[in-house]
Amino acid sequence: MAERSFAKEVQQLRVGAGTTFRGEGILAITKALLENGVGYVGGYQGAPISHLMDVLADAQEILGELGVHFEANASEAAACASLAASVHYPIRGAVTFKSAVGTNVASDALANLASGGVKGGALLIVGEDYGEGSSIMQERSYAFAMKSQVWMLDPRPNLPSITAAVRHGFELSEASNTPVMLQVRIRCCHVTGEFEAKDNLPPPMTVKDALENPRRDHSRVALPPSTYSHEQEKVHQRWPDAVKYIRENKLNEVFGPEKARVGIICQGGMYNGVIRALQRLGLADMYGETQVPIYCLNVTYPLIPEEIVVFCGGKDAVLMVEEGQPKHLEEAVGAMLYRAGGTCKLVGDGPFPKAGELTGQIMLAGISSFMGDYGAAMLPPEGRASNAPPPVPVLTDVVPPRPPSFCTGCPERPIFAAAKLVEQDLGPHHIACDIGCHLFSINAPFDIGATTVGYGLGPASAAAFNAPDANRRSISFMGDGGFWHNGLATSIGNAVFNQNDGVIVIVDNYYSAATGGQDILSSRAENATKSTQHPIRDAVAGMGVKWIRQIDRTYDVGKVRAVMTEALTTKVKGPKVVIASSECSLNKQRRERPIKAAAEKDGKRVVATRFGVDEDICTGDHACIRLSGCPSLSVKKLDDPLRDDPVASIDQTCVGCGNCGEVADAAVLCPSFYQADIVHNPNAWDRWWDRQRRKVIGRLQARRDAKRLRFSHL
Amino acid sequence: MNEIADILAPAGSDTTAGVTKLAIMAVGGQGGGVLTNWITEVAQKGGYRVQATSVAGVAQRTGATIYYIEMAPRTDHLPVFALAPSTGDIDILIAAELMEAGRAMMRGFVSADRTTLIASTHRVLAIEEKLVPGDGRADPAPVMAQAKEQALRAVWHDFDAAATGSGSVISASLFGALAASGTLPFERTLYEDVIRASGRGIEASLAAFAAGYDGATAGVSEVENMPDIPSGITTPDGPADLIGGWRALEARVEKLPEAVRPISLRGLEKVVDYQDVAYGSDYLDHLEKAREKGGGFLVEAAKYLANAMCYDDLIRVADLKTRASRDVRLRNEQGADRDAIVHVTEYFHPRAEEVVGAFPAGLGGFIERRGSLMKALDWLVNRGRRVRTDGLRGWLSLWMVSGMKPFRRRLLRHKIEAEHLERWYSLALEQSDEALGIEVLKCRRLIKGYSDTHARGLSKYDRVIGALPDLAERDDAADWLRRLREAALQDEQGDALDGALRTIGTL
Repeated sequence: MAERSFAKEVQQLRVGAGTTFRGEGILAITKALLENGVGYVGGYQGAPISHLMDVLADAQEILGELGVHFEANASEAAACASLAASVHYPIRGAVTFKSAVGTNVASDALANLASGGVKGGALLIVGEDYGEGSSIMQERSYAFAMKSQVWMLDPRPNLPSITAAVRHGFELSEASNTPVMLQVRIRCCHVTGEFEAKDNLPPPMTVKDALENPRRDHSRVALPPSTYSHEQEKVHQRWPDAVKYIRENKLNEVFGPEKARVGIICQGGMYNGVIRALQRLGLADMYGETQVPIYCLNVTYPLIPEEIVVFCGGKDAVLMVEEGQPKHLEEAVGAMLYRAGGTCKLVGDGPFPKAGELTGQIMLAGISSFMGDYGAAMLPPEGRASNAPPPVPVLTDVVPPRPPSFCTGCPERPIFAAAKLVEQDLGPHHIACDIGCHLFSINAPFDIGATTVGYGLGPASAAAFNAPDANRRSISFMGDGGFWHNGLATSIGNAVFNQNDGVIVIVDNYYSAATGGQDILSSRAENATKSTQHPIRDAVAGMGVKWIRQIDRTYDVGKVRAVMTEALTTKVKGPKVVIASSECSLNKQRRERPIKAAAEKDGKRVVATRFGVDEDICTGDHACIRLSGCPSLSVKKLDDPLRDDPVASIDQTCVGCGNCGEVADAAVLCPSFYQADIVHNPNAWDRWWDRQRRKVIGRLQARRDAKRLRFSHL
Repeated sequence: MNEIADILAPAGSDTTAGVTKLAIMAVGGQGGGVLTNWITEVAQKGGYRVQATSVAGVAQRTGATIYYIEMAPRTDHLPVFALAPSTGDIDILIAAELMEAGRAMMRGFVSADRTTLIASTHRVLAIEEKLVPGDGRADPAPVMAQAKEQALRAVWHDFDAAATGSGSVISASLFGALAASGTLPFERTLYEDVIRASGRGIEASLAAFAAGYDGATAGVSEVENMPDIPSGITTPDGPADLIGGWRALEARVEKLPEAVRPISLRGLEKVVDYQDVAYGSDYLDHLEKAREKGGGFLVEAAKYLANAMCYDDLIRVADLKTRASRDVRLRNEQGADRDAIVHVTEYFHPRAEEVVGAFPAGLGGFIERRGSLMKALDWLVNRGRRVRTDGLRGWLSLWMVSGMKPFRRRLLRHKIEAEHLERWYSLALEQSDEALGIEVLKCRRLIKGYSDTHARGLSKYDRVIGALPDLAERDDAADWLRRLREAALQDEQGDALDGALRTIGTL
């Protein structure tokens, strides 16, 4: 069960022609897939398309009614490989994943798929995780499209355009026997809007039909000598077919006046940003009617030289608006113009920075600089003058950074608290990290981890640190998501085969948690359509690991510390695998809270646990926070002139996970923490005992109070 | 922030004047998405075309998040909306936390000619502020001052308290504040209809909406400042003979300079509450030794003597945890009423050091000097102990430990603490440079915590005080000692302190 449920929203997927569909970009994409007769869908979760996977998962009933197969793939490679169903059969298929990282993983399948080509439309919906809000290294997916020769659509970021791109994507793919990438950026995935719906179209051929009527065509298999003919086919047949389709269907759009001295070429995804800059310069109206001609590339690969040369004809200068680097488009357009012998000057790098997201302010600065240089006559008087820049506030030293971190109650927090204590005992170690929530360990307060090189690659990235005569071992972390994605073979298998002596900690929180809590093989939950509850321990043992320790309650900091210490000091050779398992707190809360609330309402005995700090015992050193970082554990200033430092304090958001108490115990911090279990709807026995205890305690307290001075505020 | 300076900001020619641009800056988990959906609904119901975007991703895990909405009156044409907020181009900026308002201003999302800033004055402290061994909290004053200059209008209120007071969350009270601000042309009832249509927790959301609406109308709730003068001096309750003893102590305080009296009374209360009236007399004996000094010295002496005398030992912890007043405070904190059944578990981890400190000084010293005995004792006691203090067995065991209070002055820990106090206080007294003496007093702040933390504090204190001989000859010695102390409070291991000490070495 994923973090966000789309159960309500997916009902909209049933609407037919004549209805206006309202919702987020990802929901619109799903609807467009159904309207275009898709036969199977799949993918791997990850921002910004996690919700697309969640929507598909929640829409399984509707998909089933239409005869569409849904696959929650084990990895992007598996997702991309599944498009092989469109090689011999006229079935449309679509898969989605985060990019560029997902495309990295999928690239083996992508290259082979692209070699033989496809018969049914094959669509890769790549969520370009670039710019603000991104969680990965900053790269472009574009090079993958070029090297494997798959076409890339980059539609304008509004619902009518993206849904049209889905249709064109399938048709272009079929017209040119080539897989097509549909690129959507972070904000485009979450943009809200509306479009006119059409009726859903059941796939003309389903995967069931194909299975029962298998076909093969030897010439489509990527093995020499076919691979040589595939390469020829790509440039002599598929490319011209694609260009023909793109031109005939006018996929790229031209806006604004036919004649002008300057123009702008932009990626479709950049269109709104370009228009906003022109609007602010008074060169376009509210509805996008522009005075500066724009050639909008809804298809960024392949480029259409004829269209580009015509657009640039008669212009003094054209601005290339291209996000990210290398500047593939700018270089290609420049070469085209040079070959055509034109005199139009191509501008891009210069008004725009060499790298980075084209934010609103950068777009405005870039376009106004270009217009100032080449189109000053078009600028209204106000736009020509450079106003004084707004004052830069002096808050840099005041406002603290706020990086993401572990949630309240996160079961991974105590693992890293234990790791920090182990390092205090045994000294610093080389620690390799992986991808997932556990990577927050590299931030304060834990500051643990040296590298992260890919999903499921944590232990593999420590592979070289295998020196049996060294008196220290490497430690590597990997999540359950990474483990099943890639880690089982690439990290564990590699360690077993090479007799790696390091310690591997597998952080098992029952979900692919960082991407939104999707189920995976080892999830404990029953899943109606997927097979879960396959223990990681069995898989690790099956790979041949001899030293395995399973921890079933990570909040037991002392135990985690002892197990890690044992792993680092044991004489046993080979990889030492610690599986630290506790359920993701976000998911656990979402599961348990309604159940508990209902039980309490029904008058059932319910115990609610929370933690607290005795403010007169806390001395305000905050050692507990340096081993926790829990959002609900903060500090507060007391109304006591004798105290200098704020004391620790736990707020109402505490979920009673117990980490702070465990840490105070394991690290021998202080006796300030207490655990309060409030018994709702107590039974007769609870009440009787409570009365007896209160009687005795109350009497003794009164006796002592009678013999001492009592200050009302102490 | 270089980007801002690069902009050729156009003036007057903007064709998006008819578009309302609204950004929400929040901390992941605050419900920014819910607020965004509500605003989108209101705009749609109010006859607007609206577009919302967000960067849902890793920042949702407690990081700084941003949501962006554009809207324009509905016509036959589709406006082209931007997908991200731009510097100098925001009409309404909603900040769900005080420092996020600061971040919005730093990013240029608040401008004097057009932006209404709706911001909550409450703080969600960042980890960087919380983990400092001293007080690392950022100062809210510059942020609020900046808003005065940078916003067209700033609506400040503790919208978090407004929401939690209604059993809801901040998205609802901020929605109310937006309605109250009058920046969008929609009636209050339209906002409330949207909440009603949204499903769960409607009553609580509506209450929080109203609280936010009223809060925004009422305006600023001043950010709390600590009172300089101690408050709440009261006469204690107790048996007549003890009250008599207390009166005598009060009379001695009356003889101190006026400025020193309030803090001395607070110190006295703390010390008497910690031990007894006689201990209070000891406190005043110490304080009166500084009678010749100036008021500044006396104030600090009154404060830090009280803290030094009330060291944290087993007896104090047991005493505090078994009092009736503790039960009242705990129930208050946990939102449990008087009759509710609350099971309370304490997390203890005593070591031999703490236990031996509770032995009579002679015996304790004997054991402490013998490593093997200490080791044996540690083996016996050093482990985590969960004690149920609502239960009789746990409560009684603590009650018995706290019953050792009358013997405290004969115990090893007291001997150690008294000797340390004597050394520290004499050192402060003997400084001819009174400012330096005051700084020596203030170094007592470094000693806090229990077990390892306490040891680390002591070591920092020793390192800071150890620099005194190198400083004594200097005119600015007091300032240097202050700097060393502040450095010591910056990080756990004292790395900043070591750096400062190296600097002193080069003087």
